[in-house]
Amino acid sequence: MTEDRTNPSEPRRGLQRRRPRPTAGLSARPRPATEPTTSSAPATARAPHDPDDPDAGVADQTDATVRPWDVEASPSSEDRPKRRRRTVAELLADVPEDAVIVARRLTKQYGDFTAVDRLDLTIRRGEVFGLLGPNGAGKTTTVLMLLGLTEPTRGVVRVLGLDPTREPLAVKRQVGYLPDNVGFYGGLTGRENLRYTARLNGIPRKRADDRIDELLAEVRLGDAADKKAETYSRGMRQRLGIADALVKSPSVLILDEPTIAIDPAGVEELLALLRRLVAEHNLTVLLSSHILGQVQSLCDRVGFYSAGRLVAAGPLDELMGGSEAIVELEVAVAGAPEGIDRVAMSVPGVTSVVPDPHLDHIRIVTARHDVAAPLATALAEAHLPLTHLRRRGTDLMELYRRYVPEGIDGRAH
Amino acid sequence: MAAPTETTGSPVRPARKSRADARRSERAPSGGWRTIAAKELADHISSWRFIVLLFVIALLSVLPMYFSASDVQAQAVAASGNPLAFLALFTHGSASFGSVPMITLVTLLVPLVGISFGFDGINSERSQGTLSRLLAQPVHRDDVVNGKFAAGIFVIAIMIVSLVVLVTAIGILRLGIIPQAEDLARVLVWAIATVLYASFWLAFALLLSTIIRSAATAALVGFGSWLAITMVGGFVLPAIASFLFPIDTTASIGAQFGAATAQNLLLRVSPAQLYTDILQAIMDPRTNAIMISNLGQATSSQQQIPTLLTLDQSVLLVWPQFVALVALTVLLFAIAYVMFLRQEVRA
Repeated sequence: MTEDRTNPSEPRRGLQRRRPRPTAGLSARPRPATEPTTSSAPATARAPHDPDDPDAGVADQTDATVRPWDVEASPSSEDRPKRRRRTVAELLADVPEDAVIVARRLTKQYGDFTAVDRLDLTIRRGEVFGLLGPNGAGKTTTVLMLLGLTEPTRGVVRVLGLDPTREPLAVKRQVGYLPDNVGFYGGLTGRENLRYTARLNGIPRKRADDRIDELLAEVRLGDAADKKAETYSRGMRQRLGIADALVKSPSVLILDEPTIAIDPAGVEELLALLRRLVAEHNLTVLLSSHILGQVQSLCDRVGFYSAGRLVAAGPLDELMGGSEAIVELEVAVAGAPEGIDRVAMSVPGVTSVVPDPHLDHIRIVTARHDVAAPLATALAEAHLPLTHLRRRGTDLMELYRRYVPEGIDGRAH
Repeated sequence: MAAPTETTGSPVRPARKSRADARRSERAPSGGWRTIAAKELADHISSWRFIVLLFVIALLSVLPMYFSASDVQAQAVAASGNPLAFLALFTHGSASFGSVPMITLVTLLVPLVGISFGFDGINSERSQGTLSRLLAQPVHRDDVVNGKFAAGIFVIAIMIVSLVVLVTAIGILRLGIIPQAEDLARVLVWAIATVLYASFWLAFALLLSTIIRSAATAALVGFGSWLAITMVGGFVLPAIASFLFPIDTTASIGAQFGAATAQNLLLRVSPAQLYTDILQAIMDPRTNAIMISNLGQATSSQQQIPTLLTLDQSVLLVWPQFVALVALTVLLFAIAYVMFLRQEVRA
């Protein structure tokens, strides 16, 4: 990452021999407007045979073999005269100093199926990033590439400045991972399961035992620690999984669907636990979820996945696009919906009342501020018992409607 | 709680530090497989399947040995000074036990042991959901397969060695024969060959556990193959061999020997046949030929004065079989290894 440039004398291992060429005939290449990305610096391209560059010929020979970090131009840019590849250094030129997780034009294909399509992602230190999307949208594939458990087809990944494909062990030593559907050895107790993880991380026995005790207390499994893991409930397994991910004292935590299949009370508890742990341990967190709204309170920034593409990313209120100024309320009553029109317009602040385009019995009330309370009172006084009242634009479902017009069904595997 | 110590801090420094770590770990061989093997071994030894298998095999080897010992005792006078008396404990099939010697029963059961400790090696990790957690730890992916294979071999070796010690001890008590060093060495070589044969089946089971997602299916395929190779293979392979290379009694003697040699080689595709050859040479020092491939060998082996081979001569006789068995095991393990390395972590 940044280190490659600041530390040119450091010998590189393996195939990572190519020197970055920041001065070699760069030409600015504007990003396609359709590409939603969090990074804004212009990417650069290099002519294949650059006369100024003594290394160009050599580099092109090595270019003949396809390697993960060789980035091909996107298919959408067929109008450009020739296919251009950008070097790793060029792709990573705009990475901020404190970036912990970086992906540039990251692509994973399984045969014809593109699971992840040209992902650009930057997560800074201390950030909690939520990766949101329906099942099969490519969230887990992304996570596996970040951990070096799956090799990217194209593109660049850096985790803590390391390439997970080349140095998986160094990455895994510092990244705690809670897999989707985490499992434990049923015949071992919760504590023994964590001890095994500690041993695999080469943590000395004494220090590991102390740390495991602390973590078990923190995830409130102190009492169940010496029961067999097969007797654990789903929520307990998930909490044990979080303790397991923290055993190695990671600086980055990757949680794949941490709230899946837990009852609502359990989700609340889990989120509270995560919030506390993130603050205490100063962690950088990437978490994925398909359940909208469950994780929004935890995330500093969110990204939306749809069919392998990151369609939008940013802080939640920014993505909401200043919807604070206008409030939209969905309203339904026990009687005829026409009743709402008359009553709502009499509430101060309401600017319009229109029928919902999809649901006949719902009216959409637009106001300059939150009128939920006076509206409910007014409807009650008019003997129209309220059956549904919901503020729009406040949860991620609305964002989905905004950013994924074709629907959020995603694709099945 | 205490903040994570070394690994956190500024984002650039830990990266540099971990690079140094990575280099260190690349130089030093990873010990991950040892941790995995130790855990697997502990799992095996405390498992019911280990206890049941140990009990069954101990029973099935001590019983024939017991009756053999009675036979040897009955002919104590004739047997006295007979250098084969101790090995007879293993190789003699007593009429009171259906004339089945101990080594035959062990030959039959060893594949069962190998398959039992391998058929759920990888697929159970997958179905339990522990595989992705395991692979997210700083261990190489091959450490998982290596560790499981090593643990399997180790637990099989524990079984076989305890069995040999048991039979030897009871034999000494029953017969009062103190085995010669040569006898003990032969039994040791037999034990090594048996562990090797079990390892072949272990590698086969691990391969199945990598390919087949369901442990139950992998077990069924494994046990089915065991039955096919050890039972049906004993009838079918000779039939195929004599069909492909018929011995024409009207042909020249050289052609007949050629066909016989081809048949013999084909039979040795089966690991069961290889192991049986090794048994025959190692446990019976009178064996002076395994495969006769020309007239010269045939006549010389007939004309030889019956004598006992020394252990090194016996081993030399079946050295090709040893090598072939190792090669088959390595081949299966390598396939399992490559398949596992290429597999996606999630289903």
